[in-house]
Amino acid sequence: MTTSQRNITASDAGGGAVHAIQGTLIQGAVTTAIAVPLGILTAIYLVEYGRGPLARGISFMVDVLSGVPSIVAALFVYAVWVTTFGFQRVGFAVCLALVLLMIPVVVRSTEEMLKLVPNDLREGALALGIPRWVTITRVVLPTALSGIVTGVLLGLARVMGETAPLLILGPYTKSISTNLFSGYMPTLPTMINQDRTELGLATAVERMWATALTLILLVLLLNLCGRLVARKARV
Amino acid sequence: MATKVSMNGVSIYYGGFKAVDGVSMEIQPRTVTAFIGPSGCGKSTVLRSLNRMHEVVRGGRVEGEIQLDGVNLYAPEVDPVAVRRTVGMVFQRPNPFPTMSILDNVVAGLRLNGVKDKATLTARAEASLRAANLWEEVKDRLDKPGAGLSGGQQQRLCIARAIAVEPQVLLMDEPCSALDPISTLAIEDLISELKREYTIVIVTHNMQQAARVSDRTAFFNLKATGQPGRLVEYDSTHTIFNTPAERATEDYISGRFG
Repeated sequence: MTTSQRNITASDAGGGAVHAIQGTLIQGAVTTAIAVPLGILTAIYLVEYGRGPLARGISFMVDVLSGVPSIVAALFVYAVWVTTFGFQRVGFAVCLALVLLMIPVVVRSTEEMLKLVPNDLREGALALGIPRWVTITRVVLPTALSGIVTGVLLGLARVMGETAPLLILGPYTKSISTNLFSGYMPTLPTMINQDRTELGLATAVERMWATALTLILLVLLLNLCGRLVARKARV
Repeated sequence: MATKVSMNGVSIYYGGFKAVDGVSMEIQPRTVTAFIGPSGCGKSTVLRSLNRMHEVVRGGRVEGEIQLDGVNLYAPEVDPVAVRRTVGMVFQRPNPFPTMSILDNVVAGLRLNGVKDKATLTARAEASLRAANLWEEVKDRLDKPGAGLSGGQQQRLCIARAIAVEPQVLLMDEPCSALDPISTLAIEDLISELKREYTIVIVTHNMQQAARVSDRTAFFNLKATGQPGRLVEYDSTHTIFNTPAERATEDYISGRFG
């Protein structure tokens, strides 16, 4: 938990996973920070305002996006980020690919939750002379909050365990690296993959399973946090 | 506070469908006016057109004129949001905001329109709850969620919420149809008190209720299924229930149809 794998070869025991945990958390946080506002705003547009061809088009694109295999999303970002713009493979590129994967989950779950909010409440608020967007932000969203949080966490859980974009865009390194914009960035999935390539060595096998457990516990912890937040919000 | 509402040749459409045809009537200040009629005859639609709530449904529009003390509600420069502050509404099913406490529910209309001063909000909340005959029942648990009250209390909470923004007119769309007789009685008593300060329009399916609470009654009906609803007769409640001018009104109130 406190040390990295720096200067530890595959046949050595010991070393920690702090570099990979940090990488996964940072990428997860940045991905969430980009995908959640986009996703929630899109869902609000679709449920509360969207009519006609534009809304249908957006809804269709979200459907398409949710069906995109993660490795294709990664290749798309690779094509834009590395091939077109000529940037390096860095942590932020990974985040962009993960954003593509997370947005449809957030949009769809938020949409469902907003649809569950009874129309009576919207009408009740509008009839008090409350403008539409205030009705949405102060009445509709709080009512749907716990469901939205759950949706975001589901999306985040999917994204944190995602490996393909990491392999393509964010190769593993054994050292701590918290810079999203330069150099490789280690993460838990890529660390697992690294040890998998050394399966002949007992130490690597043990390390691989330990890392896998860490990843699962991390996702579980996030889910529990989310449940607590949701419960608090509901009162 | 209370104002006169006048409608002149009002027809209401939902998209291409004409729901109500050519309603003209005057609603006097500080009276209770009841809208009665069979389901689907457009009485709720007319009610909703008085604070432009029918526009919330897609394709809803109005032809003709609705005036509030001489001001046309549908003039292009009039903001529907401002109209709804002047003409409050209570719905069929109690709809307190589930994420808010009792206190926050009552002052929601003020707070979400930018009133921040705590003293003002608390004072207004107490005044509104007292006016809605709810204060004694909830004064010790103002910070509890509004959804924890009984149905009748929730409905009175919604009335308190509506009068907290100090409207001129109060519209009630079957406010008692989801309530038991005791709660209904409480709401009816409340209506009789509120009419001292507000112009009240109430839609009801319960004719005894119309007879009990209203000063004037409007009977709406359909010519035939699929046809727009129209105003058949509008007179003092006493006249409507004892010597109606129209045959259809008499048939309806005596229970021969509808």
